[in-house]
Amino acid sequence: MKLVLEKRSEHSEFMTLMSPLLAIALTVFTGAIIFAVQGLNPFEALYVYFIEPLTSMWSLEEVFVKAAPLILIGAGLSVCYMANVWNIGAEGQLTMGAIVGSIVPIVFTSWQSPLTLVAMITLGALGGALYAAIPAFLKNRFNANEILTSLMLVYIAQLFLDWVVRGPWKDPKGFNFPQSIAFEGWQLFPTLGDGRVHIGIILAVIVVVILTVLMSRTLKGFEILVIGNSPRAGRFAGFSRKKIVWFCLLLSGGLAGIAGIGEVAGPSGQLQPTVSPGYGFTAIIVAFLGRLNPIGVLFAGIMLAITYIGGEAAQIDLGVSDKTAQVFQGILLFFILACDTLILYRIKMLTSTKQQSVAAE
Amino acid sequence: MDATQAVILTIITASTPLLLAAIGELVTERSGVLNLGVEGMMVMGAVCGFAAAYTTGNPYIGILAGVLGGVALAFFFAILTQTLATNQVATGLALTLLGLGLSGLIGESFVGLPGVKLQQLSIPFFSTIPFIGPILFGQDILVYTSVALIFGTTYVLFKTRIGLIIRSVGDNHNSAHALGYNVIAVRYACIMFGGACSGLAGAYLSLAYTPQWIENMTAGRGWVALALVVFSTWLPKRLAIGAYLFGAVWIMGLYVQALGFGIPSQFLSSLPYVVTIIALVIISGNKTLTRVNTPACIGQTFVPDR
Repeated sequence: MKLVLEKRSEHSEFMTLMSPLLAIALTVFTGAIIFAVQGLNPFEALYVYFIEPLTSMWSLEEVFVKAAPLILIGAGLSVCYMANVWNIGAEGQLTMGAIVGSIVPIVFTSWQSPLTLVAMITLGALGGALYAAIPAFLKNRFNANEILTSLMLVYIAQLFLDWVVRGPWKDPKGFNFPQSIAFEGWQLFPTLGDGRVHIGIILAVIVVVILTVLMSRTLKGFEILVIGNSPRAGRFAGFSRKKIVWFCLLLSGGLAGIAGIGEVAGPSGQLQPTVSPGYGFTAIIVAFLGRLNPIGVLFAGIMLAITYIGGEAAQIDLGVSDKTAQVFQGILLFFILACDTLILYRIKMLTSTKQQSVAAE
Repeated sequence: MDATQAVILTIITASTPLLLAAIGELVTERSGVLNLGVEGMMVMGAVCGFAAAYTTGNPYIGILAGVLGGVALAFFFAILTQTLATNQVATGLALTLLGLGLSGLIGESFVGLPGVKLQQLSIPFFSTIPFIGPILFGQDILVYTSVALIFGTTYVLFKTRIGLIIRSVGDNHNSAHALGYNVIAVRYACIMFGGACSGLAGAYLSLAYTPQWIENMTAGRGWVALALVVFSTWLPKRLAIGAYLFGAVWIMGLYVQALGFGIPSQFLSSLPYVVTIIALVIISGNKTLTRVNTPACIGQTFVPDR
């Protein structure tokens, strides 16, 4: 018996929608097995993991706090990947955005104005975009692989942040802890109501709307689709691949930068040696789970935010390792990619007799 | 043992994991497959190697377990990219994310435990030669393996029929298929070889380099190995030179730090990553060097027509 792929005459609309759901179902099933192996009741564990975060106001708020950066970054990455530009250094761009955006509250401590936050967000976007400009420039000028350069820049950015909070920006009154001064109220992202959800989630939704229009209604979006699907056709149409590389990296870098300043001016309220629990990498999964479509990314971001919160809950309630969430995320991406095959192909089983007949043809 | 000798010995130690992982990826890429999961396979090799060595007390069983860890992950990659024809870049990223997560989960109960160190296999008589003796003949089995792999892959890739088939599959899978070669099977084998080498590299880290388990202990070495393959322009001998240069850079930071010039340690630690970018730029900008040896079908999926 043998599995064989048979190309569909056109890609399946039905499977385009079904594949992420199928992938989630398979991930949940695998999760149940993992929990059972660890000697837990799989149903209870799955409930704690995926349903409980949605049942209390507190955890629901946390889901949106975590979804905001994931959606911001994932939306930018989906545009990148659509164009076959492989920016995988969003974590570094997020870190640089956080550092550059923090110039306002840390250097201009007393500047209090309605424009303070605007300046912070702008600088955050600028920091992320400029950092993403490095792989863009190296790609266009020297043909250096953007996957490797953007990833190397993640390590460099994280080490730079480590130096900044232990060196020049260390809080002089911070008992030698590696952290900056705490931001003042007007330097923090305003929250919605009394909870912890901040305007980051609103920014994320606005970005999703803008990118949806960009991708479906503008020439730029069309150029991205053409260059991504068929670079040759793009060249004949006179679209510049180099310009697309610049556009995609600056856009996704800028959005990652906004996510970065959103983390320091949101949940943490100061600059610390680590800004994010790997949002830049998880956002890669978000982009794929969301079908590289901004609206899809919105839902995918919430879904992956649940795995973070569920992971924390399972750790407290059931003593499950906090690494489980990361494993789930990895397995999920695997299943998404596997299920996406069904969009372009049918899977056929060849039994040995059929195999012979195929060979005979 | 004088200072120069000590420096050379530490450079070899730092270079070996890079060399092992990169040589496997070189063969994988020669067959036309880009596996970005090196970091994930390597870290799985590290955790499996450590766990098995700690449990049995035998570092050689650890090496075997490390290889199996790498191969297991590579097998998933092969199923997806070859049988299910998924995008290789995305699948490789998934492999790295999964490997980092899974290794953290497996290794959780091993954090902080004393490891089993892989002992040197000194070759009698030769290892007592002054200066070069300990460098050439006083290493552990994985260092010897890494050197053997360079010569072995050079020979197999360029002097044997198997090598010719691997390279033809990587350069033009349609022609290779038309000639009757099983493209998918060749690629499966090359991906698994890559996984085994990455597993060895990981086991080297947790058994010889620093005999302990630390989460994410590969610290980007898998990615540096990927860059090394580009830097080598897919030639094993250039790969070896590159790996030792990179190993030297990795070690240089530590030495400069110990001498204390007042340079912040973070800047020195970022040196290998900066140098990797510079090396990539230099090689990629040189079109004649890269074009000649780049496998023409790299990263492309192959689904046989029927």
